[in-house]
Amino acid sequence: MAAKFDQNDDSVVVIVGSGAGGGTLGNELAQKGVKVVVLEAGKRYDFPDFINDEWASFAQLAWTDMRTTSGSWRVHKNFPNLPAWIVKSVGGTTTHWAGASLRFQEHEFKAASTYGNAPGANLLDWPLTLSDLEPYYAKAEAKMRVTRTGDLPGLPGNNNFKVFKAGADKLGYKECHTGRMAINSVAGDGRVACHQTGFCFQGCKWGAKWSTLYTEIPKGEATGNMEVRPESHVAQIEHDSSGKVTGVTYFDANGALQRQKARIVAVAGNSLESPRLLLNSASAKFPDGLANSSGQVGRNYMRHTTGSVYGIFENPVHMYRGTTMAGIIRDEARNDPNRGFIGGYELETLSLGIPFIAAFLDPGAWGREFTTALDGYSNMAGMWIVGEDMPQETNRITLSDQKDKWGLPVVDLHFDDHPNDTAMRNHAYAQGKALYEAVGATRTMPTPPYPSTHNLGTNRMSANARDGVVNKWGQTHDVKNLFISDGSQFTTGGAENPTLTIVTLAIRQADYIADQMKSNTI
Amino acid sequence: MTTRESASSRGALSRRGFLQRSAVAGGYAAAIAITSTGALFNASEAWALDVKGLKPETMKTLILVARDIYPHDRIADRYYAIAMKPYDEKAAADPALKAQVEAFVAALDGAAGPGGYVGTGWEADRVALLKTQSANPMFETIRSGLVVSLYNQQEVWPIFGYEGESFSKGGYITRGFDDITWL
Repeated sequence: MAAKFDQNDDSVVVIVGSGAGGGTLGNELAQKGVKVVVLEAGKRYDFPDFINDEWASFAQLAWTDMRTTSGSWRVHKNFPNLPAWIVKSVGGTTTHWAGASLRFQEHEFKAASTYGNAPGANLLDWPLTLSDLEPYYAKAEAKMRVTRTGDLPGLPGNNNFKVFKAGADKLGYKECHTGRMAINSVAGDGRVACHQTGFCFQGCKWGAKWSTLYTEIPKGEATGNMEVRPESHVAQIEHDSSGKVTGVTYFDANGALQRQKARIVAVAGNSLESPRLLLNSASAKFPDGLANSSGQVGRNYMRHTTGSVYGIFENPVHMYRGTTMAGIIRDEARNDPNRGFIGGYELETLSLGIPFIAAFLDPGAWGREFTTALDGYSNMAGMWIVGEDMPQETNRITLSDQKDKWGLPVVDLHFDDHPNDTAMRNHAYAQGKALYEAVGATRTMPTPPYPSTHNLGTNRMSANARDGVVNKWGQTHDVKNLFISDGSQFTTGGAENPTLTIVTLAIRQADYIADQMKSNTI
Repeated sequence: MTTRESASSRGALSRRGFLQRSAVAGGYAAAIAITSTGALFNASEAWALDVKGLKPETMKTLILVARDIYPHDRIADRYYAIAMKPYDEKAAADPALKAQVEAFVAALDGAAGPGGYVGTGWEADRVALLKTQSANPMFETIRSGLVVSLYNQQEVWPIFGYEGESFSKGGYITRGFDDITWL
């Protein structure tokens, strides 16, 4: 079953991270007979271990190691050491995600040529197109059992969705449904169908929602070609005098420094940790960090233009019952600059329990304006905004003055909204408010962005080496046996939740890596 | 409910009722007595709290401060007391924290004048006092801790209509995930 590789075996592919990118890439390579060692910083749980309790689950799964922030975004003020709400465990953030699985739109791969040159933005076209990805999108959707693809039906709509849909109809929106979700609408792939339990963010205790933890990873291990080492925090990527990477050093569960040699290293630690690792791997040969001849490592950080709208009604809703993200409106996802901004946004239902709505509804607020909103909890409906935000060079990850428990500099994240982000968010707030008022809301509330769940762009893909960090295969321009396999590859963010595209790119990248290995090009 | 009781409830606006309300104008927390052994005792809610690290008066004030920060009229004092109890426990072991908490309450009492914070009768007036301290780091420490220690008590969730854990009940697939009728 699961392989056990020697740390001096320099024929393996080392993958840093086991989430949507790393977990998928590992399995895809293992299926092709490639030997893979996956190093994951977090612990390994199984889905029965998950906890239907927001704070207890957060303590179990979230990445809470120190990070620092700056910039004018409100997260810096309210959550200065928690810029991102992502996961540190085997399966990565696929344990926490809500399951929304949307393909990018064609024009979103051509942001610079479609939108033109937005002042202050660092827009660039992707070096690939929708048609390049379509066959891989189809493979990803099949693997993840995405509803409304193939012959898989949509999920039934919960109360939160029904309020949302009624409002969408009143506003004349045409494309509103229960989403394309990587949640089993019927049993399959050895997993049960959704029981409408809620707590999608806390890890699905049924295993109905796709996560690499209990799909890709055990399938990869079953080939005998893949080993997953939990509690292995990668410190540095090492290279030889020619500039080729030779392996990684990592701290094991006991805090001992280990080394794993490698033929290829693929980094999939998400858009915060992946650039951190490249920057922390600076050497005499690469003084600005590994694969950073462009100076773009860590830059162009994107987090989607998010925000939420909650409505309170005369009568009960019980929004927390059932899937957390229970439906979508896609009408605003088009690019229509007449609305006062470029790019588009999705509206998706969202629900939080009492502990988290208290923490996130209006962070820092107190007094009756705040508490009367919570008093309306059972009559509340909620939605989330997911829109394309502008890449900006100054929105970036750098190394902080602060160090983690191993003495490694932690991430410092600077972020300011672009004026386009703000204009889009305000438009979405107004639409959300109008939607709920159309169904009789007695009160609506805008909620600022939470700590980021969609972290993108910090090792971006570019046709030219001077503009980005990786090529269209996720291979770094500077080091041919070093790959990036997570959302940090994204050239631009699109309006869609990123996981499906991360999985799609990982499947495609596995084909490329296996071919390059076979032809001894790498 | 008998006719007599209804009449009595309506009598809340009678002169006698008004005087009684005035007597407890300190709000819920005025119903908290301090015993000779320095414990807090709430007869109407039938709970007592030993205070070890802080002055009993300070703990009583903190409980009212907690209610004034996150006022929920259907949540009893005991949940605010549970939420604030860790300050007493930590103060017993941490003289620096104890000094900060005592100083924060002393500042509130100083701003309130005679009678102190607890003796300030109306919520609006106490909220004005809290606003004088909103730049005090201790205020933000208390607020940011309270947003977890109050709302993370499973016992208060039903008051908001939140049902909590649902996996053990099979989720909501047969328990009302789509039972909305008013649309």
